[in-house]
Amino acid sequence: MLPMMIDVYGNASSIHHFGQTARQKLDASRKQVAGLLGAEPQEIVFTSGGTEADNLAIFGVATGGHVITTSFEHPAVLAAAAQLDHTLVPVDGSGMIDPDAIRGALRSDTKVISVMHANNEVGTIQPIAEIARIAAEAGIPLHSDGVQAVGKIPVSMADLGVSMYSISGHKIGAPKGVGALYVRKGTSLKPMMYGGRHERERRAGTENVAGAVALGRAAEWIAEHGEAENRRQAALRDRLEQSILDRIPDTRVNGAGTPRVPNTTNIRFDGIDSDALLIALDLKGFAVSSGAACSSGAPEPSHVLLAMGLSRLEARSSIRFSLGRSNTIEQVDALVEALVESVTHLRKLAPSYA
Amino acid sequence: MPKNPLAVAMSGGVDSSVVAGMLQARGENVIGLTMQLWNQRRLPEIQSDKATGRCCSLDDVYDARAVAQHLGIPYYVVNFERDFEDQVVKPFVDEYLAGRTPIPCTLCNNFIKFDRFLEMAEGVGADRIATGHYAQIRWNPDNGRWEMLRSMDRAKDQTYFLFGLKQEQLARSMFPLGAMEKSAVRELARELGIPTAAKPDSQEICFVPNGDYAAFIDAYFREQGIAPQEVAGELVTADGHVVGEHAGVHHFTVGQRRGLRVAAGEPLYVIATDPASRRVTVGRDRELLSDRAYAGDVNWISIAAPAEPVRAEVKIRNKHAAAPATILPTSDPDRVEIRFDEPQRAVTPGQGAVFYSGDLVLGGGWIE
Repeated sequence: MLPMMIDVYGNASSIHHFGQTARQKLDASRKQVAGLLGAEPQEIVFTSGGTEADNLAIFGVATGGHVITTSFEHPAVLAAAAQLDHTLVPVDGSGMIDPDAIRGALRSDTKVISVMHANNEVGTIQPIAEIARIAAEAGIPLHSDGVQAVGKIPVSMADLGVSMYSISGHKIGAPKGVGALYVRKGTSLKPMMYGGRHERERRAGTENVAGAVALGRAAEWIAEHGEAENRRQAALRDRLEQSILDRIPDTRVNGAGTPRVPNTTNIRFDGIDSDALLIALDLKGFAVSSGAACSSGAPEPSHVLLAMGLSRLEARSSIRFSLGRSNTIEQVDALVEALVESVTHLRKLAPSYA
Repeated sequence: MPKNPLAVAMSGGVDSSVVAGMLQARGENVIGLTMQLWNQRRLPEIQSDKATGRCCSLDDVYDARAVAQHLGIPYYVVNFERDFEDQVVKPFVDEYLAGRTPIPCTLCNNFIKFDRFLEMAEGVGADRIATGHYAQIRWNPDNGRWEMLRSMDRAKDQTYFLFGLKQEQLARSMFPLGAMEKSAVRELARELGIPTAAKPDSQEICFVPNGDYAAFIDAYFREQGIAPQEVAGELVTADGHVVGEHAGVHHFTVGQRRGLRVAAGEPLYVIATDPASRRVTVGRDRELLSDRAYAGDVNWISIAAPAEPVRAEVKIRNKHAAAPATILPTSDPDRVEIRFDEPQRAVTPGQGAVFYSGDLVLGGGWIE
C-alpha cells in the first residue's frame, strides 16, 4: 500500500502516464476483489467502507419506495432503511431469519430487500440463497451486507444469487476507509454522490487507489490462505467457547446451534455487567466488546441480542469475542484464565447473582 | 507487583484531571473513568451555545480522554444515563412538582458517584476511588469512624452536598483536593501539563442549562409525552387574599423574590408552596423567618447517632452561613428536630440541613 501513496501517486482517471499506472493498479485490484466474490471486475464499485456500500445499495435502488430488512442488521443498513418506508422482519432466538417472513413482508411497492450474510455480533449465517430465490420470484433486488462473512466463509455471488453485496476493508486485513459494493450486471443503481464519472457513474470521487490496492491484496491473501486460516480460527473459537462453558457456570452461547462464522462467539455470563467485564479484561490486555464498536457508549444494550429475544439484563451480561489472524492458542488459554478470575470477582459483587 | 488500581472519576474539568495527575505522580496505578450521565442532545429547545457548567457533553468526554492520554493512563467511559435519570432527574422533577426545592447533586453523590460508580470501580478491580470533590476524609481511631471535614479552601467546600455518604463509602473514597487551595490546584494543573488547565469551573446543576430548572422541567414533560397538566394557580397572602397568578408551583422556591409580578408596598417573597391547591403563599421578608425545622433521612458521619441533644452549626442551603442550633433526636431514629438559636430566613423543604462542629461534618438530613 505504501508505494501507492508515494511512487504511484497519479490520479487513476487522468490520461497521462502517471495516471495510467494508477489506473492499472486500480484495475488489478478490482479484478482481485471480483475474484474473491466470484464476480466480474466491472461489477465492483469501490467505496469508503461498509457503511457507504450499504447506504449506496439501499438509497441507490429504493428511494421513494419500500425496503424490507431485518431487526438485527448493522446500523449502516438499519439507519439507512429508517430514512425510507420500511419493514423490519424479526429474527428468531437462535439468530436466524425465516425466509418465509421475508416473503410475507413483500409489498407491491417494495424496491429492495436487505439481509445481512453473517451477523456482526453473534456470527450467525443467514439463508441468503433461499431469500434470493424469493426476491427473484418477486422481481426485487436483494442486497446482502457481507462485511462479516467475506474472508470467513466461502462467498460466491453466483451461488448466493444476490443483486448487491457489501464488503469492508478493515474486516479482511485491509485498512479502514475502503470497501466495495458488488452490483450485479443489469441492476439499475443511482449514485448517492454526484461529481465525475468515476466507477462507471455509480460512485463519484477520485478513486482511493492505495485503499483499493490494499483491498485487492487482502482479497488475494484470502483466496490463498483463507480456508486454512478459518479452520485454525474455528478450532481456537471452539476451544475458547468450550473452555468457558466448562469452567464458568451459568454461561451460554448466544446463537448456539446455528451455522456461524468461525471467528466469533457471543457469550452470556449471568449476573455480570458486560461493561465492567470488558474494562476488567482490557486492563488485563484482552480487547473484547459488549456489542458493536459503533454503538459503544450508548446506554442501550445490543439491539441484536434484544432482537433475538434476550431481556435487557441478559443482553447486558453478554460479551462478544472476535478472533483474528494474530491470535494464538496460548492467548485463548490466557483469556479463559482472565475470564474465570474476572467473572468470579464480578459475581461476588453482584446483588442479583446469588 | 503493581499496586491495586485506583479509579479516578474524570469529568474533563481541571479538578478531577489534577486528581488523576497527582495520584499518578504519587505512584498510584490510576484508571480514568468518565461517567456519561445525561445526553445533552436531549431537550434541544432549552439548549443554547452559551450554556455554561454542563456535564457530559461530547467536549467533556473529549477533554477527559485527552487528559488521560496526556498522563498515559487507561481510560474508559461508563454509561450511567439510565441510573442518572431514574435516581436523580426524575426525583428532581418530582420534588419540584411536590412543592419542594431538591438538590440533585446530593442525590447524584448518594446514588451514582458513591454507589454505581464505586461498584463499577470495584468490578474492574479498583478497590478505591478518588474524585475532585473539595472535602476532607480522615480516620478517627478513637471512635472508629471515618470523619468528614470541610475543605481547606473554604470558598470551594462541597461538604454540603456530601452529607449522605455512609461509612463504607467514605472508607473507599479519596478527595485529594480537600487539603488544597483552588489556586494551587490550577497551578498544579499547569505543572502537570494538563491540557484543560485553563478550563473554567463548572457552575449550576450539570444537566440544567443556564440554571433555568423550570424550563428544564417543562421541556422534560414535553419530551416524556406527559400532557401539560394544569399547573397554573394563584398567588395568595398568608391571610388568604389572592394577589396574582402563576404558571406552576415548580417556578417557585421558598425565599424567592423575582418573577412574582405582584405590585406591593414592600418587597414580597415566596413563603410556601402548596402543590395540592396550586397556591403559592407570598409575604414580607419577616414572614420567612423560622426558629425550627425537621430533617428526615438523617445520616450521621463523624459521630454515631446521638441519644441526647447535640450543639451544632447548621447549614440549610449551600450558600448559607451555618447557624448555631441544637439538634434533638425524635422518636424516629432517622429524624431530628433542629432548634436555631436565632430564627433563620427561608428554611426550604427539599434542601439539606447539614450539621457542623467547626470544620467537622457531624451529619445531615433532608428538610421536611
